[in-house]
Amino acid sequence: CTHEYAQQKIFIYVFFIITIILLFCSFSRLFNISSARTHVNYEIKGDVAVVRMNDPNSRVNTLSTQMQREMTEVMDEIWGNNAVQSVVLISSKPGSFIAGADLNMIQACTTAEEVTGLSQEGQRMFEKVEKSPKPIVAAINGSCLGGGLEFAISCQYRIATKSKKTVLGCPEVMLGLLPGAGGTQRLPKMLGLPSAFDMILTGRSIRPDKAKKMGLVHQLVDTLGPGLKSPEERTIEYLEEVAVEAARGLAKKQIPLTKEKGLMQKIQDYVMSYPFVRQQIYNTVQNKVMKQTKGLYPAPLKIIECVKAGVEQGPTAGYLAESQHFGKLAMTPESKALIGLYHGQVTCKKNRFRTPEKDAKTLAILGAGLMGAGIAQVSVDKGFHTILKDTTLEGLSRGEQQVYKGLNDKTKKKSITSFERDSFLSNLTGQLDYNGFNKADMIIEAVFEDLSIKHKVLKEVEAVIPPHCIFATNTSALPIKDIAAVSKRPEKVIGMHYFSPVDKMQLLEIITTDKTSKDTTASAVAVGLKQGKVIIVVGDGPGFYTTRCLAPMLAEAVRVLQEGVDPKKLDGLTTGFGFPVGAATLADEVGIDVAAHVAEDLGKAFGSRFGGGNVEVLKTMVEKGFKGRKSGKGCYIYQPGLKRRDVNTEALEILESYKLTPNAAVSSDSDIQYRLVSRFVNEAVLCLQEGILASPVEGDIGAVFGLGFPPCLGGPFRFVDSFGADKLVEKMRKFEEVFGNQFTPCQLLLDHAKDPSKKFHK
Amino acid sequence: IKKTLAKPGVKNIVLVDGVRTPFLQSGTIYADLMPHDLARAALQGLLNRTGLPKDAVDYIVYGTVIQEVKTSNVAREAALGAGFSDKTPAHTVTMACISSNQAMTTAVGLIAAGQCDAVVAGGVEFMSDVPIRHSRRMRKTMLSLNKAKTLGARLSLLGSIRLAHLAPELPAVAEFSTAETMGHSADRLAAAFGVSRLEQDEFALRSHTLAKKAQDSGLLSDVISFKVPGKDIVSKDNGIRPSTMEQMAKLKPAFIKPHGTVTAANSSFLTDGASAVLIMSEEKALAMGYKPKAYLRDFVYVSQDPKDQLLLGPTYATPKVLEKSGLTLNDIDVFEFHEAFAGQIMANLKAMESDWFAQTYMGRKTKVGAPPMEKFNSWGGSLSLGHPFAATGCRLVTTVAHRLQKEGGQYGLVAACAAGGQGHAMVIEAYPQ
Repeated sequence: CTHEYAQQKIFIYVFFIITIILLFCSFSRLFNISSARTHVNYEIKGDVAVVRMNDPNSRVNTLSTQMQREMTEVMDEIWGNNAVQSVVLISSKPGSFIAGADLNMIQACTTAEEVTGLSQEGQRMFEKVEKSPKPIVAAINGSCLGGGLEFAISCQYRIATKSKKTVLGCPEVMLGLLPGAGGTQRLPKMLGLPSAFDMILTGRSIRPDKAKKMGLVHQLVDTLGPGLKSPEERTIEYLEEVAVEAARGLAKKQIPLTKEKGLMQKIQDYVMSYPFVRQQIYNTVQNKVMKQTKGLYPAPLKIIECVKAGVEQGPTAGYLAESQHFGKLAMTPESKALIGLYHGQVTCKKNRFRTPEKDAKTLAILGAGLMGAGIAQVSVDKGFHTILKDTTLEGLSRGEQQVYKGLNDKTKKKSITSFERDSFLSNLTGQLDYNGFNKADMIIEAVFEDLSIKHKVLKEVEAVIPPHCIFATNTSALPIKDIAAVSKRPEKVIGMHYFSPVDKMQLLEIITTDKTSKDTTASAVAVGLKQGKVIIVVGDGPGFYTTRCLAPMLAEAVRVLQEGVDPKKLDGLTTGFGFPVGAATLADEVGIDVAAHVAEDLGKAFGSRFGGGNVEVLKTMVEKGFKGRKSGKGCYIYQPGLKRRDVNTEALEILESYKLTPNAAVSSDSDIQYRLVSRFVNEAVLCLQEGILASPVEGDIGAVFGLGFPPCLGGPFRFVDSFGADKLVEKMRKFEEVFGNQFTPCQLLLDHAKDPSKKFHK
Repeated sequence: IKKTLAKPGVKNIVLVDGVRTPFLQSGTIYADLMPHDLARAALQGLLNRTGLPKDAVDYIVYGTVIQEVKTSNVAREAALGAGFSDKTPAHTVTMACISSNQAMTTAVGLIAAGQCDAVVAGGVEFMSDVPIRHSRRMRKTMLSLNKAKTLGARLSLLGSIRLAHLAPELPAVAEFSTAETMGHSADRLAAAFGVSRLEQDEFALRSHTLAKKAQDSGLLSDVISFKVPGKDIVSKDNGIRPSTMEQMAKLKPAFIKPHGTVTAANSSFLTDGASAVLIMSEEKALAMGYKPKAYLRDFVYVSQDPKDQLLLGPTYATPKVLEKSGLTLNDIDVFEFHEAFAGQIMANLKAMESDWFAQTYMGRKTKVGAPPMEKFNSWGGSLSLGHPFAATGCRLVTTVAHRLQKEGGQYGLVAACAAGGQGHAMVIEAYPQ
């Protein structure tokens, strides 16, 4: 399954790159009977108060009610203590300063007003911090995100460690929210409009060196290696020592609070003093947001409004706008969908099958094509010894080059050093024979999608691998049990469906047959998690889950094209619904040949339900060599180095020869969108009904992360919940009248339509 | 007197003598020389000091770190220039700051294996001139120019040169694997072990004070006089400058700003210098009528994480070599540790004194213990005498031999750290007087 990555900007693709814990749920808000503080304590070192945060019930600190209450108490004591001249704020946790607000606190609210209230409380607290007569130094080690960042930027001075775990950012937008405790007001003042917009609207995490350059932090502290204590412990101590010195310097006015502005900064400030220029910026940002979100995501637009209110009308209006919009956004279905995806993603990053008996250390990948090499790339840098086997020297060379390039690109972007690249590559062994397979713990087969070839490979491999070795097959549609049919040890056979490009797409669909053992599954999940994947585990069947959902939608897309809708228009309709990639472009990316193959196979398996567009359209295109992007022509014409794509008129001619007359009753723009989406969604619900899917959560994650189902809708199941199963069924019935059983709602969907209290997500 | 470390079936190998040129801050009196000139001076000095017939030398091994490309086998060029027989083979070794230690142990190996009886080992470093290269792009163009056949092809190549290609490439004193400079790593190491700026300055001051005292009382007898062409005779190290704590406290951190603790005053400085030693089998030395200065006994090389433990070589090497020799720290009378940075020495001392570190990182049951300061680098060290990278090892070994003679101890220990996260230690036994 191929998928275009480059076009997936901000709000879509953030979900493919979230690897950090943003806002962690803490269940710590138990009533504290005694007044003893458990989350915040402080120590006075000479004239400096060192305030330490440590949530005892969680791996990370969050701004929970308890944390806020204790912090307020502590700060009041410190402000009232004449012996204290300055303050250091630090976390005792190695990997977390403050990872954000407590998400449960927001989710527990039922009205926008309640959430606005939370925001205003935060605003008031940080205003006091900002106006503190005693300088406060935020000493940051680990994640400083969301409310944590807002706390830090209200302090007078920030020192951060250069740890890989130290990241600063406002990820609220990824959850359909905005920084609701002063972030939209302070960041523009601190960084200037362009940087502030970039940071708040993308939610991107900023690494310490960049933060220093931007002016987000004042000073950096190195991480330390082994000493007389563990590196983590000593690094925090060192950070504290440096911060205490800085706090003293600030109190004595030896360290100036405002830095002499550079020439570029002065020029920028001067330019920004013109309202006309600022208006231009608002317009540009607004247009960019609209272009990328199609207006489907309310949060970025509200962020622009808040920033604008603060800059143009002053802080009172700005803070008010921020708290009110924050409250409203928290109640939007988009925010709920995005938060749902966030929770789902956390769930799918855990192994629900227990720890495997044997830790897989050596992987052998068969086939050094795009997929095989991609799988190798995400394995070598996680410490797997990886054998990459191909049948030809040319194929192997191309594959090894792909792995090298993937890692070298990271070196160029400075996310790894050239030395790390080299040491990762030392985990890779490229070869043409089965040498060393006797030490392999897992085989991942990524050869051509042809059952007889897969059988041949499986038999060959089983002759050389040790008894414990797992055989995983990377296929997008062939049923695993058919592949396993020739295996001597079917309990060791499993499907691992990676998505292309493997190093960018986060989803891994693992497919188990009736015979696959629990330990085999546990091991495959463990390997996938180590490779950094978000994992869904599904049952076996033609197309499993993801391909099975995509196929009917693509079949419908072909019918729509046959009805004379231009590929560009079709793309516009699908992206307008929230898909990151339009249906016609997606077909080109997947490969018209693959689409034809899948359509035919699944058509055979599922019958007329998978009909719609004529498969012959795809076959004729393939005959003419229009296999999609890889062949230079598909629905569009692709020219190397050219971003603009023209519609392939020869493909239009083929469509013309298979022309269908559209039925006006079901051919409005909205009808076409729902024809496409309802077939996708119905098939997804059917997968749950049939037990292919274990849970709606996995269904949502698979659809969004693997197929680009609109993240603002949260996945097919959340979509049914929020749109209403009854409304969806009503639409499908209308289509059913015209097109027949392709639109017959499945039983589970009907059940939900009948009983509105039935929801896939609570 | 304690037991000897001689082992049955193992040849006794002795240090006959060792010399070095004065160690000078780079860019001073040696500035116009080439590395092999300094090496020549050390080799000739050794010949003069020992009265060794040139053809009695079986082999020459020399260390260097920053290579002059014209004399990449500097051992051979220096040997020829110093008038050694052209029948004496010579090779160059490199192992960062323990290069001449490697040269010496290579010599020990050649003798122990029965291949040689008399080997000269040494090391040279010349920081007054280092290879500064054209950029890779420029080099590529120039190499293609060599191959271009027609005028047109040459002109088109010349035309491809851009201003940016002319920017030179300077050699970095940074780890290749981590891209971190050594000073930066030393500052982090000091912080990891909680070594304060004050402790570092105090140690640096101690080094300079002891070096000055040793220089003034003529203890640095390994230094030979060297007539530098066009300049005066040099016979003293010129980097020894005892300062005051107040003066040193004024310096700003050199690497980690603004809160670092490593400064120019508590680091070793860039130095030019060369050293040489004569190593022989005991039989041969006695047969030739020499009175050896010391036995070279067990030695070890260690290596560890080049990022966070770059300069902890002595901590790892010391217990290992002591164990090998069946000694404890208390048995050692003379310690000579290479002082790369005051912070590095203090960190090593703290690591050696820590049971937790020994257990957590070295897989040992207990700490080895820190050397008593009265036995430690008591004639100064690299911080004050200077540190020509590849020449320091021979200075350490010769100094141990001289101190054992002067102070009357039996065992000495040399230990040093080196770039790449490597380290070395050697046990030296006094030759019965």
